[in-house]
Amino acid sequence: MSDIREYLKNHLLYLDGGMGSLLQERGLKPGELPERWNRDNPEAIIDIQKMYYDAGSNVVLSNTFGANILKFEPDELNDLVCRAIDNANEAKKRSEGKQEKFVALDIGPMGKLLEPYGDMPFDRAVEVYKSTIECGVKHGGIDLIFIETMNDSLDTKAALLAAKESTDLPVFVSNAYGDDGKLMTGATPQAMIAMLEGMHADAIGANCSLGPAQLKGVVDEYIKYASVPVLLKPNAGLPHTENGKTVYDVYPEEFSDLMYDFMAGGVRIAGGCCGTTPDYIRAVVEKTLPKNDEFVKNNPVTDKNISMVSSYTHAVTFGKSPVLIGERINPTGKKRFKEALRENDIDYILGEGLRQQECGAHILDVNVGLPEIDEPAMLLKVMKELQAVSDLPLQIDTTDPVAMEGALRAYNGKAMINSVNGKKVVMDEIFPLVAKYGGLVVALTLDEDGIPDSADRRVEIAENIIKEAAKYGIQKKDIIFDTLAMTISADTTAALATLEALNRIHKDLGCLTSLGVSNVSFGLPGREYVTATFFTLALENGLSAAIMNPFSKEMMKSYYTFRALHNLDENCGDYINFATSYIAELEAMQAAAKSSDTGVAEKKDVAGSGGDFKSPLQRAIVKGLREQAAQITKEMLDAGAVPLELVNDEVIPALDIVGQGFEKKTMYLPQLLMSAESAQYAFEQIKKKLAENPGETVSRSKFVIATVHGDIHDIGKNIVKLIFENYGFEVYDMGKDVPPEVIVDKTVEVHAPLVGLSALMTTTVPAMEETIKQLREKAPWAKVLVGGAVMTQEYSDQIGADFYGKDAMASVRYAIAYEESLKG
Amino acid sequence: MADIVLFKQYDIRSDQRLSEVNINEVRRYSGMRDDSLDGVIDECVKEAMPVLSYKVSYMRTMIDWESGYPLFLGVGYKSENLRTNLKGCDEVIIFAATVGIGIDRLISKYSHVSESKALFMQALGAERVESLCDLFNSEMNELVSAEGKYLRPRFSPGYGDLPISVQKDFVTVLDCPRRLGINLNDSFLMSPSKSVTAIIGITDRENCDINNYDKESCVHCGKTDCEYRK
Repeated sequence: MSDIREYLKNHLLYLDGGMGSLLQERGLKPGELPERWNRDNPEAIIDIQKMYYDAGSNVVLSNTFGANILKFEPDELNDLVCRAIDNANEAKKRSEGKQEKFVALDIGPMGKLLEPYGDMPFDRAVEVYKSTIECGVKHGGIDLIFIETMNDSLDTKAALLAAKESTDLPVFVSNAYGDDGKLMTGATPQAMIAMLEGMHADAIGANCSLGPAQLKGVVDEYIKYASVPVLLKPNAGLPHTENGKTVYDVYPEEFSDLMYDFMAGGVRIAGGCCGTTPDYIRAVVEKTLPKNDEFVKNNPVTDKNISMVSSYTHAVTFGKSPVLIGERINPTGKKRFKEALRENDIDYILGEGLRQQECGAHILDVNVGLPEIDEPAMLLKVMKELQAVSDLPLQIDTTDPVAMEGALRAYNGKAMINSVNGKKVVMDEIFPLVAKYGGLVVALTLDEDGIPDSADRRVEIAENIIKEAAKYGIQKKDIIFDTLAMTISADTTAALATLEALNRIHKDLGCLTSLGVSNVSFGLPGREYVTATFFTLALENGLSAAIMNPFSKEMMKSYYTFRALHNLDENCGDYINFATSYIAELEAMQAAAKSSDTGVAEKKDVAGSGGDFKSPLQRAIVKGLREQAAQITKEMLDAGAVPLELVNDEVIPALDIVGQGFEKKTMYLPQLLMSAESAQYAFEQIKKKLAENPGETVSRSKFVIATVHGDIHDIGKNIVKLIFENYGFEVYDMGKDVPPEVIVDKTVEVHAPLVGLSALMTTTVPAMEETIKQLREKAPWAKVLVGGAVMTQEYSDQIGADFYGKDAMASVRYAIAYEESLKG
Repeated sequence: MADIVLFKQYDIRSDQRLSEVNINEVRRYSGMRDDSLDGVIDECVKEAMPVLSYKVSYMRTMIDWESGYPLFLGVGYKSENLRTNLKGCDEVIIFAATVGIGIDRLISKYSHVSESKALFMQALGAERVESLCDLFNSEMNELVSAEGKYLRPRFSPGYGDLPISVQKDFVTVLDCPRRLGINLNDSFLMSPSKSVTAIIGITDRENCDINNYDKESCVHCGKTDCEYRK
C-alpha cells in the first residue's frame, strides 16, 4: 500500500460519508454511545464501512469520533479504539472495490472548551487527544489520523499537536464552519490555514455544519490560500423533519453536482458528513473519477507562497501593505512597565496592548524579560491574557528558548517569533521550535562576529540563515529579515548600510524584511522626526513590517501617507480618516492652549459653583471622566503637588462622595464603577510619579480576593477589587474558580489581614465554606469577607464568615473600620 | 419534531426582538435606574451587535409520569418544583440557546480596562439571550397553539430544587458542543456564558397565563429579597 501523501499527488481522494443516521437506522438509541458498538455490534459497523468502500471511498474513518478519555475509562477506551480499527480493516478486506484503500483513525472534538473561556487547560487537552491517538498508533492498522469537526482553533491545535507528538503518520485536519464562514469561536479559514500549515498538517479543509452550497465561501478561501491538498466533507444540506424523521434537503444527484464543481475548482479530497450515505459517495465518485487526470492537472498542489501569521480570529498577510508591530509591551527603558511586571499588574500590560490596537497596530510584540522575574511563566501568562482580550496576532519576543517554547506551544494561532540570528547556537535552539509549532520568524542579520558594518556581510548572513532553515523544512516565506537599524548619532553611515542590506534582501533574495525602526534615532533630540523619515525610506526600500510605536503620530503619518502614495489605500480612505481626526485633534489642542488662562478660571469656577466639588479633579472623578481625571492629575503633579497628599485630599474624598451617593441610592453601580475607573486613571499618573521616587507608597493593608472553586463568575469580584484598589488596599486578585489551597497559600504568604470570597451560585457555597475552614486553620488572623449573588447574612453566618458584604462599598467600609481598629 | 433534535440559527433582521436591544432591560440588569449612562450603553451595543449570533437547538419529547415525577429522555427528575411546573403536561420541549462566545470576549476585555463597560456588556448579553429565548418561546407557542395546546413557563436547571447538573444531559442530547458551541465546565456552567437551557411543558389545559411568565419564573427562586422579584 502506498503512502497517502504520495497517492494524493496524482489522484483525487474519496472519503466516506455519514455514520450517525445509519447507525440509528440499525437501532442505535439517542444517548447511546456509538463507539460501544465497535464491541457490542461490530457487524453493523463493518457493514456500513464496507458499503462505503464498495461505493468508491478510498478512506474510511474508524468509528471513534467520540472515543476519548473524558467519556471512557482507559481500558475501555483502548479496547474500543482497537476494535474500531479492526472493524474498519475488516470492512476494507471484505469490500471488492478495486480502488486504493486506506483506514483513518477518526478524532472528533472532546466536547470541552479550552481556557480562557472554558475550563480545559491546553496541556490537558493535548493529553486527552494523545490518549486516543496513542491507542490507535500502538495497535496499528491505520494509514492516517483524521481530525474533524473541530469548531475551535485552539482545540484543533491541541489535537494536531497530540497527533504530531505521537506519530509520523499523515494527519488530515477538518474544521466545522458556521454559516458566517467562521468557526464557532471566530476563526476564519485563512487563520486556520496559517496555523495548520505552520504545524505541517498534510491536508486541511471543512466538514459538517452546512451543505455543500453554503460552504462555497469557505472552500474558496481554502483554494486561494492553502498550499496543501484541500478536503471537503459537507452535510447533505440542512436537516428538517418529515413525519417524525430527520430529512436532509440535498439529495445525491444535487450533492454530487456541487461536489463536481468544487473538485473541478481544486478540492482534492471529497466525502460527506451528516445525512450523507454510500449513495452520495457513489454519485460523487461516478461523476468525478473519470475526470481525475484533468482535475489533478488543472489544480496542482503548489505552494501559494503567502507569508502569514494568525490569531484565533484572523490572519495577517505580509508582503503587500506594510505591517505595524506595536513595540510597547516591553520593559526596556520603561520604569512604569517594569514596576507592573514586578507587581504582576497584568491589567496595566493589557491596557498597553489594547491601546496599541486602537492606534492601528496589526500585531503586538510581547516582551516581558526582566532579570528578577520568572520569564517563562510571565510570558505564558501575559500571552494568554492578551489573547483573551485582543484578537491581534502576537510576536513572541524573548531570548530564553524555554520561555519561547512555552509560549509558542499554547499560542492560539500562528505566531511571529522574535528572534533568530546567524549564530549557529541560536539557530539550533530556535529553528526546531519554528518547525514544530509554526511561525514567522524574525531573523537578525548578525552572527558570531557581531553586527557587520557592511551591507554585503548582512546579505551573506541572511543567505546562511535561509540555508540552515531549509534543513528544518522552514521555507523562505516564513522568515523575515531584520537588517538592524543602528543609531546615526554614533555613526552617520549606519542608516545607509541598513537600508542597502534591506533593499538587497528584498530584491535579490525575495524575502520579507522588518526593522525595529526606533533605534535609528537614539541619542538625538526630536527622535520621532528622524525615526519617521527613516521608516518612510525603509518602506521605499521594501520594508514589509516595522516594530514601532503606534502612539507616535509622526510614525502613523508616515505609514498612512506611504500607503496612499503607493496605491495601497483605496480612494485614500484610510489616509483621509487618519488625517481628518488628526487635524481635529490638533485644532482642539490649539484651542485649548489659546484659552489656557480662561481654562483655569473655568476650573476655579467649577470648584466654586454650588459647592458640589472642591476641585476639578474631584469633579472629574465623581463624574466618571477618565481622561480628564488623568490629565488634571498629571498637571497637578507637574505643578508640584505631593502624590500622597493628592490621594488623601482629592481622590479619596471624591470616592467618598460617590460611595455615599451609591449607599443613598442616588448613584447606581455603573456610575460607581465609572468613578472608580477615573480614580484608577488618576492613580496611574500618581504611580508613574512614585515610580520615579521609589520608597513612597500609597498602600493600606493587603487584601486577597478570589471567586471560589467551581465558580467562573467574576464580575462581582472585579468590582470589589477595583473599589479596594481605589481606597489604597494592596489587592492580590487570585482570579476565578480558585481552589481553597491556593487562596490559603497566598494569604499565608503575604500575611494578609483581609480575605474576600465571592460566589454566584448556591452550588459553590460549599467551596466557600471549605475555603473558610482551611483559612481558619492556616491563617487564623485573617478576617474573611464574603459576597456574591446568592450570599445572604444567614448563609454568611452559617459558613462562618466574619462579614457579609451586600455590595462593594459595604465591604470596603468594613475593611477600613477593621484596619482602624487594628491601629487603635 | 418528536425526539428529533432541531436547530435554528436566527437572522438578526428576522424579528424586532433580535434587531433591537431593549435598553430598559440592559439598565435593569446592570443596576442603572435612569438614562444618564445610555450613551455608554449605546457604545456597548454598537461594539457587541456584530459579534453576536443567535442559535437554538431543541427537541420535543413525551413525559413519562409513572413514578410520580417527570421522566423524559430516559432520565427521571426528582424535583418538586419541576413536578409542579410540569403538572398536567404530557410533553416537553427542551432547548438550549446561545448568543455565542463573542460577548464573553468583550466582557473579558473590558474587565481589564473598564469595569463599568464590563458590567454593561454582561447586562447586554443577559438581555440578548433572554430576548432570544422569548422569541423562541413565542414560536413554540404558535406551534402548539395550532394543535390546541398551551405552554408552561420555561424552567431551567438550577431553578428551585432542579440541580444545575442536569444541564449535562441536555447539552449532550441537544448536541450542543457541535451545533451551538456550548460546552460545560466541571461545575456544569455553560460556555459561552450567555447561554440558556430550559424545559417548556406542553399541556392541553389552559392553566397558565402567558402574561404571567416572569412572575411564575420567580416563584421557585429562594432569593426572596431580590429587588427584581416579581
